[in-house]
Amino acid sequence: MKKTMMLILAAVLTLALAACGKNSGGSAEGGDQSSANTNSELTGSILATGSSALQPLVEEASKTFMDKNKGITVQVQGGGSGTGLTQVAGGQADIGNSDVFASEKLDAAQAKDLVDHQVAVVGMAAVVNPKVNIDNLTKQQLVDIFTGKVTNWKELGGPDQKIQIVNRPASSGTRATFEKYALGMKTEDLQGSIQEDSSGTVKKLIAETPGAIGYLALSYIDDSVKAVKYEGVAPTEDNVANGTYPIWAYEHMYTKGEPKPEVKAFLDYMTSDEVQNGAVKDLGYIPVSKMQVVRDVDGNIKKK
Amino acid sequence: MARSTERQQAKPHLVEEWVGRIYTFLCILLLIVTIFSMVYFVASKGLSTFFVNKVNIADFFTGVKWSPDGVPPLFGALPFIFGSFSTSILAALIAAPMGICASLFMVEIAPKFGRKYLQPVIELLAGIPSVVYGFVGLSVIVPFFRNVFPGQGLGIAAGSVVLAVMILPTITTITTDALAALPSGLKEGSYALGSTRWQTIYRIVLPTTLPALLTGVVLGIARAFGEALAVQMVIGNAPHIPHSLFESTSTLTSAITLSMGNTAMGSAQNNALWTLALILLLMTFVFVFIVRWLERRSKI
Repeated sequence: MKKTMMLILAAVLTLALAACGKNSGGSAEGGDQSSANTNSELTGSILATGSSALQPLVEEASKTFMDKNKGITVQVQGGGSGTGLTQVAGGQADIGNSDVFASEKLDAAQAKDLVDHQVAVVGMAAVVNPKVNIDNLTKQQLVDIFTGKVTNWKELGGPDQKIQIVNRPASSGTRATFEKYALGMKTEDLQGSIQEDSSGTVKKLIAETPGAIGYLALSYIDDSVKAVKYEGVAPTEDNVANGTYPIWAYEHMYTKGEPKPEVKAFLDYMTSDEVQNGAVKDLGYIPVSKMQVVRDVDGNIKKK
Repeated sequence: MARSTERQQAKPHLVEEWVGRIYTFLCILLLIVTIFSMVYFVASKGLSTFFVNKVNIADFFTGVKWSPDGVPPLFGALPFIFGSFSTSILAALIAAPMGICASLFMVEIAPKFGRKYLQPVIELLAGIPSVVYGFVGLSVIVPFFRNVFPGQGLGIAAGSVVLAVMILPTITTITTDALAALPSGLKEGSYALGSTRWQTIYRIVLPTTLPALLTGVVLGIARAFGEALAVQMVIGNAPHIPHSLFESTSTLTSAITLSMGNTAMGSAQNNALWTLALILLLMTFVFVFIVRWLERRSKI
């Protein structure tokens, strides 16, 4: 008897698992909609996937968004910018989060259907180990360091200490931004350089390794590492906003074609003052509304 | 089942038989379908590097330069293959003597204490998540190596030490079981002839259980070969063959985890990562075959 029960139980479980895969859409039409203080009649579910740098912001915003719109469920997943762009282009996700412009990652045919929604700006800075007594690096000096022409800090007026590069993988959006706007060129992976994908690990390694240099988003920089000026300009939020400090990138949320109403509502919420002045600032991003300049995919800067 | 001795109707048994048979068959079918579709998927993605993106197979396996967004893009996977083999074999060299000696102690020297207390403790190591190993490695082993040896601390040495701790439970558990399964008559015969304990271990126990011991070591290597997260945190991930044990390098797994999420599906770079995955998969098959072969040679 026991065995039969077990078998039935196992079969039921298997079926339940199989069924789970199917009802992910449209499960949000609950009866609790009427009781909530909804400001719209929208229902449905939104899947946003991609950039892990943007994920915390979207997650934070999605929580308050779901409180306001009981009929909509927002799921946020990481996986990287490449994953996000591929999935939104392929229709598996409603929103693709990305650190880079879609045309930099996908081929033209895939990218042309995607609609860009810029929700925040991330500033980045070159950071060095705190024992390296250098406060300013020029573009040329950074290029020399990251291409391996200069291998000791004393050549740049620092201590007699070997330079240890802490880089990001070649496919990383952070690295693409840094190379594009700080170095102005692609660099190769040097023998002996360290590559880490997570900002936390990068920061830890730079803080601990003598003579280390790397780059981090401004929100990650604290006292354990030293952010250096770029061409004499300090990496601050204000300098990014007024366009004098060039190393920054937009955080994009792509949709395929024009978004569905519920997706549009969420994207509108992302760019609303509530999120821009709340979650965006709290999590260390720079609000798009604060930017006094706009930049296109080719890096051309215009005053707003 | 208490009344199983009582005579029952034949019909319920027939149903039971068939329900069981069909259900187990469905399970194995699902398993086989999963395995084959996995292999097919990885192979079709991995091979498209050569057939769709026209990368030369010889260049892929012997090239030392990995620069997927270079102009022209270069896919030389030798540094990753070298990194994977060197870290996992070095890890086995560290862990195998320790694991085998530990199981000798637990089985031959202090069986009661060993099997009751030591074995659960060693098996505990197997339950620790790999990210914890990686983090401990990054916070303890890497700074230690950086201070003691020239270089950055990250590299093959740090990776192998972390992996050695990770595969220690695998090796110890399998070798302990193998030693315990040795018929006691063999050992008793040896003692009866006047051998000491060490002579018995050295001349009788180790040679007869050698295939099983090697099985443990190979399974350990296989685990080390496939481990991604902990290694990625301590190895440095530069796509180059290092000049020393303390210089940043990459393994197949760390190269995949580092870049997979950032590359677009279907791009040449993404396909190249699938090729690395295919190499990993094929290596796992090789390890399984070695284990099978060793089991057939078992002398017990």
